Amino acid sequence: MRALCRTLLLPCLLGLLLSLPQLPVRAEGLSLSPEALDSLRSPKVADRERALKELGGDASEAAAELLEALRAGDLYVRRDDSALLILCAGANEATLVPQGESLPFSDKSLLRKVGISNSQRNAIASLLNRRLLRHADADIRRGAIEGLLNDEPADREMLLSLSAGEGDARIRSRIEQALALLCVRDAGASSDELLRAVAVLSDASPPQAARALETLKGHADPRVAAAVGKALYHLRVTAERAAMLETLFFGLSLGSVLVLTSIGLAVTFGVMGVINMAHGELVMLGAYTAWGMQQLLPGRPGIALLLAVPAAFVVAGGAGVLLERGVIRHLYGRPLETLLATFGVSLILQQAVRTLISPMNRAVESPAFMSGMLHITENFSLTCNRVYILCFCLGVFALIYATMHKTRLGLEVRAVTQNRPIARAMGIDASLVDTLTFALGSGVAGMAGVALSQLTNVGPNLGQSYIVDSFMVVVFGGVGNLRGTLCGGLILGLADKLLEPVSGAMLAKIILLAGLILFMQAKPRGLFPERGRAAEN
Amino acid sequence: MLRERVLNRSTTVFIGCLAAAASAVAVCGLLPAGSPLHLDTYIVGLLGKYLCFALLALSIDLVWGYLGILSLGHGAFFGLGAYVMGMHLMREIGGRGVYGNPSLPDFMVFLNWKTLPWYWQGSDNLLFVCLLVFLVPGLVAFIFGRPAFRSRVSGVYLSIITQAMTFALMLAFFRNEMGFGGNNGLTDFKSLLGVSLQSEYMVTALFCASALALGLAFVLCRVVVVSRLGRVFVAVRDAESRARFIGYRVENVKLAAFVFSAVLAGLAGALYVPQVGIVNPGVFAPLFSVEMVVCVALGGRGRLYGAVIGALVVNFAKTRFTTVLPDVWLFFLGALFVLVTLFLPDGLAGIPARLRGRLPALRAKSGVGM
Repeated sequence: MRALCRTLLLPCLLGLLLSLPQLPVRAEGLSLSPEALDSLRSPKVADRERALKELGGDASEAAAELLEALRAGDLYVRRDDSALLILCAGANEATLVPQGESLPFSDKSLLRKVGISNSQRNAIASLLNRRLLRHADADIRRGAIEGLLNDEPADREMLLSLSAGEGDARIRSRIEQALALLCVRDAGASSDELLRAVAVLSDASPPQAARALETLKGHADPRVAAAVGKALYHLRVTAERAAMLETLFFGLSLGSVLVLTSIGLAVTFGVMGVINMAHGELVMLGAYTAWGMQQLLPGRPGIALLLAVPAAFVVAGGAGVLLERGVIRHLYGRPLETLLATFGVSLILQQAVRTLISPMNRAVESPAFMSGMLHITENFSLTCNRVYILCFCLGVFALIYATMHKTRLGLEVRAVTQNRPIARAMGIDASLVDTLTFALGSGVAGMAGVALSQLTNVGPNLGQSYIVDSFMVVVFGGVGNLRGTLCGGLILGLADKLLEPVSGAMLAKIILLAGLILFMQAKPRGLFPERGRAAEN
Repeated sequence: MLRERVLNRSTTVFIGCLAAAASAVAVCGLLPAGSPLHLDTYIVGLLGKYLCFALLALSIDLVWGYLGILSLGHGAFFGLGAYVMGMHLMREIGGRGVYGNPSLPDFMVFLNWKTLPWYWQGSDNLLFVCLLVFLVPGLVAFIFGRPAFRSRVSGVYLSIITQAMTFALMLAFFRNEMGFGGNNGLTDFKSLLGVSLQSEYMVTALFCASALALGLAFVLCRVVVVSRLGRVFVAVRDAESRARFIGYRVENVKLAAFVFSAVLAGLAGALYVPQVGIVNPGVFAPLFSVEMVVCVALGGRGRLYGAVIGALVVNFAKTRFTTVLPDVWLFFLGALFVLVTLFLPDGLAGIPARLRGRLPALRAKSGVGM
């Protein structure tokens, strides 16, 4: 391999030597003076300024590539002839600079990295960012403007010309903010200009607006000082509101996960009075189904994930039917023994996954539509996967609710729940209803597993970490009450996330558990207890 | 009269067996190493550990078998007793720790603490610690049980909140700020009463103490069970509302049994720590508590000696499996849960009766199988 490289290198090397005296070279639009190239070759980091200055003024693609390589540490000097080349990590092809020719290369021991200082790295980032200010894509343009707000703002004329050519209103307001920032930092600005800038900045989100305004706090003109105080207050209130909204959203998101994992439990617990300690492992089976689907359909995570939802329902539902027919049925009327037997099943399932698949966690890929952010306002955005899971949770809830209240099966299930002997006397096959209910509850657990696979790693202990929480939700909401489960899950999720910033994650959980134990004393039958005769036993 | 009722045939046999086996083990443990009957200190320590688990199982059987309270959190009381004893053993290390600080345990030095927290005060006094071993689990059980039983939380609900309790305690003890060593727990013990924990005398003495504690607790449980209070226990288990209507304060009966049982569990934990040499938040793990419940179920509940047999069998199996076939242990334990509940509702202790075909009559008499 090495020999091959050498043989291929030789002609290139010759070509390089021939081309060196004819500088400045124009290849693929990159023109650099010999001094600039020398400054890149120099072992001294401080010498790079020269090259950066020239590259900053060069609008060509090749210059951008070179800057990118410099920032990423992919630019090298060959030790023997001090030729510059770009070698991306893991690639076996290098690009010669400035000619732009590519040559096979992989032996880094012959190369010396072109190092840069941290301030130069920042300067390169802002140079690259500035190139994007006129990009055709509005989203990229907006990102570039926001990046501009983060470092020292650009010159006024450039911003004004940008603003004139900009069609997108949101981007234009960003540019206005950048101009205002410039104005605030400008020591020679008049009071009127400052007042206008402060007004613009009071609606801006970025923290540097607040920082810039802080410097104006003690301004000589009382009008300006007052306006600054007001703007700062406004900024703080909006920031706090955004943080609050974010906490609420995370709480709802956690709540939706809790509802998903416990809704199946609510069905089986409520209808059959059966505590299924293996419920968490059914969730785990669903998550592993999502992982298995992706192994079956490599490279198409989106389709695999969509297919995994019904597949997980079938897999977990099937496991539930086996569990009901094999174990739970024989322990009817002995709830404590059922609890123990299903606990045993959960141990077996966990160990089975450990033995058959792996004790290690598996990562399930997120499809493109699940990743990304949803921008609601200037400074408040949501992660897509959590939004989808929230919607998925509500959809599953609606489906289960409709099944229980609008279908024949649901009617029979409710009849059996309320009074088993009478329901049987009316001709309902109670044992079949039991099996179907259990299959439904387990299937929903499987679907919850698919959702969880998008939030955490999939591992043998996945179910265990949710089982205590799920029981809490069901008991909190009131056994056998779907609405209670929904409310209970969302309330617990919100409470957890609201407590977390105050007390820390671990303590928040302990407080919640203790609170629940106390709540159980006051309302032993949950938020929405069953009423009437059915509640009496 | 009372003596005859307490020491019925099965109890006499059980106490006799325990005393004989324990003294045999103690004697063999102290024999010189060359003797053919010599028992390694490792084996003696292991047997002592089993006896602690048996005591814990006994305490679970008292509330589950006689009162129908399935506690999935008895490991919490065991753990509290264990931590109290662990604190004393930490103080005994004194200046022999890694950092050589005579007044602060190693982990506190590591966390940069300057003084002992208030709840560590007095833990260097063994008598005071022995008192705490009974008081702390008893108090926690009282605080937890009183509101729970008063508001008539029962059945599976009670089981789940006991599990929540031990889970919460586990999370709490994982925190370094709690001052109990966090994740690593308390370990690296050196001696008790100035005698090295590794010496064969200490190991044998601890084993004998465990056997004595188990025997005494067993007789004490028998006394409770055959007394009038014990009859009320069974009445509450079989027909709670009826017992209440007759005029018994069911919540007080339950609370008394629960606290007594928690104290026994704490004692088991305190004896367990010096023999194992470590205590960490793992004792609060829900799985540990449920494992102990399964010991009781396997042995047969409502018989007291059944719990002891179950604990010995399960823990012996656990030691064998985890050394020979570690992967199979959880399969075995899981299958044990399922098979015992499905096919052996009376446990191992119920097998002789079952073989003699007297099962229905026995069931009706003792009311097992709720």
